[in-house]
Amino acid sequence: MSYAVETKDLTRTFKKGKKKNNTNSKTSNLIMALDNVNVTINSGELFGVLGPNGAGKTTLIKILATLLLPTSGSALVDDIDVVKYPEKVRKKINMVSGGEHSGYGILTVKENLWMFSQLYGISNKIAKQRIDELLKLLGMEDYAKLKISKLSTGMRQKMNIIRGFVCDPQILFLDEPTLGLDVQISREVRRYIKTWVRENDEKTVLLTTHYMAEADELCDRVAIIDNGKVLACDSPANLKKSLKQDAVYHIEVNLMLDNLESFDQIPGVKKFAYEHKTQTGRTFLMFILENDCYISGITEVISNNSSQILSLSKAEPSLEDVFVSLCGKALEDENRTQN
Amino acid sequence: MFIQRIKENLKTTQLAGKLGWSMEANWADPLLFAIYSIIRPIASSLILVFMYLVVTRGKTSFDLFAYIFLGNAFFMYVYNVLFGISWVIHEDREHYQMLRYIYISPIRMYYYLFGRGIAKLITTTVAVIITLAFGIIFLKIPINLLEINYPLFLITLFVGLFVITCLGILLAGITMLTAHHSFALTEGLGGLFYLACGAIFQIDLLPRWLQYISKSLPLTYWLELLRRTILGKSLSHTLSRYSDLELLLIMLLTTVLLALVSNYIYKSIEYIARKTGKIDQVITY
Repeated sequence: MSYAVETKDLTRTFKKGKKKNNTNSKTSNLIMALDNVNVTINSGELFGVLGPNGAGKTTLIKILATLLLPTSGSALVDDIDVVKYPEKVRKKINMVSGGEHSGYGILTVKENLWMFSQLYGISNKIAKQRIDELLKLLGMEDYAKLKISKLSTGMRQKMNIIRGFVCDPQILFLDEPTLGLDVQISREVRRYIKTWVRENDEKTVLLTTHYMAEADELCDRVAIIDNGKVLACDSPANLKKSLKQDAVYHIEVNLMLDNLESFDQIPGVKKFAYEHKTQTGRTFLMFILENDCYISGITEVISNNSSQILSLSKAEPSLEDVFVSLCGKALEDENRTQN
Repeated sequence: MFIQRIKENLKTTQLAGKLGWSMEANWADPLLFAIYSIIRPIASSLILVFMYLVVTRGKTSFDLFAYIFLGNAFFMYVYNVLFGISWVIHEDREHYQMLRYIYISPIRMYYYLFGRGIAKLITTTVAVIITLAFGIIFLKIPINLLEINYPLFLITLFVGLFVITCLGILLAGITMLTAHHSFALTEGLGGLFYLACGAIFQIDLLPRWLQYISKSLPLTYWLELLRRTILGKSLSHTLSRYSDLELLLIMLLTTVLLALVSNYIYKSIEYIARKTGKIDQVITY
């Protein structure tokens, strides 16, 4: 069967750098960015790769986008080997990375986009028409003639997202495309990505994110990745279903509790994660319990710690809970902002 | 297929040339840019004039001054283009953060860099013309515009510019791997060519082992032929045994070899950069 993207035992290691007095074995000086990753993405699919910073998401995209070579294993894009035939792969792909200030600041928005369309061999007429359409769709028509050095970070990122679509690629790699964008712009971008894939059956998007809501809202399937390993891969609904028989509780307390690790030892606790907010001094606790009857043991431990429970709720399993159940840790603060 | 590829590569070169020109010309308002373009080469020439006057105290022939002046004027291409093309990698990767997107587009990077080099060639050509005009008018350099062998001059000039661009691309490749040291490398290589290619003195004066290097470099023949076509003579005894045609053939041969070496080394380095993840590595240097 043919896939838009297929990886087989894809592995990538990086050297940690020179270390003095390193007496350990050779492998100890290596960081495993991707560890035997096997993923298949169907044509027409909006596929998400979800994981914390440093999980290996960007490394995966870089290999698929022909920017980086794998250490071992193989990666195929539209059945073409990215190592052997990068030129052929490049005709089918484009990539956008979030959270950066890329772009030729001396050129206007339109000039930047036009230049890129030309790199992909798009005729002048079609390019201009498409650029106008995209600028309008993403609410940037008023910025078309502005030099991009004068754009705000959000607008610049929006322009970069348009750059990704302007060549109308068969497969688009979006590496944290909404990173650093405000809620309104993020929503517009998500809406456009969704529409683009839904309206074009043959188009495929691989999106990496560490925003749970983004993955949940956009993706047909999600691979959860941590420390370079794919821990689970399914539709968001199926991933959440896997926790249905468990009881998921979210508790907010007013202090940073001591011995948080001891929560793992409480009977009935399958997984536990927490996040302390230094600004408010509050701590957010997430529990996955075997069943509801174990919650009383939890509240007792919290009370014994002289801490006050500010809120307690039984939650419908979310992707974040799935992530906690698989990784035993929570993602960063931004998730709550995005949510 | 082959013609289609040539068309694509030409388009890439043209597009990169346009982008390069936007960058060359857009950094200041046109008047400031024009003033800078005139003053810079004249100031460089004046430095050379004063150095010549101090060192020789007027005891050396004017022919030597013309030899030095012309060599120095055309050598501007070497420094500007070598530095300019290797700077493209640094600028696109660090400043504009666009190298990764250019790299993963369907174009060939080699031609993209070639195109960006053309923009540098254009601005340097303006500087060379201004320098030569300044030399003819104010320093009485004996250049008779009616006696220049234009066909040979133009062939020589373009072959030389081609080889300089190939060298620039080679340096750009090295810059992909060594962001910190690319400036020193460019300066060093430029300095080596300045010394070994007869830019300011005849290669006859160099130690024998260095003369072998000089003779393997197309730029040596380039400068010699430029002097012969413009001044009608040259001062190098070593090269005087060759006719113009022989020099041109040697230059073409060494140019082809150097272009092949440049292409091979660039591709090898690009592969290493892709392997080590340095193509888009921003180190804010």
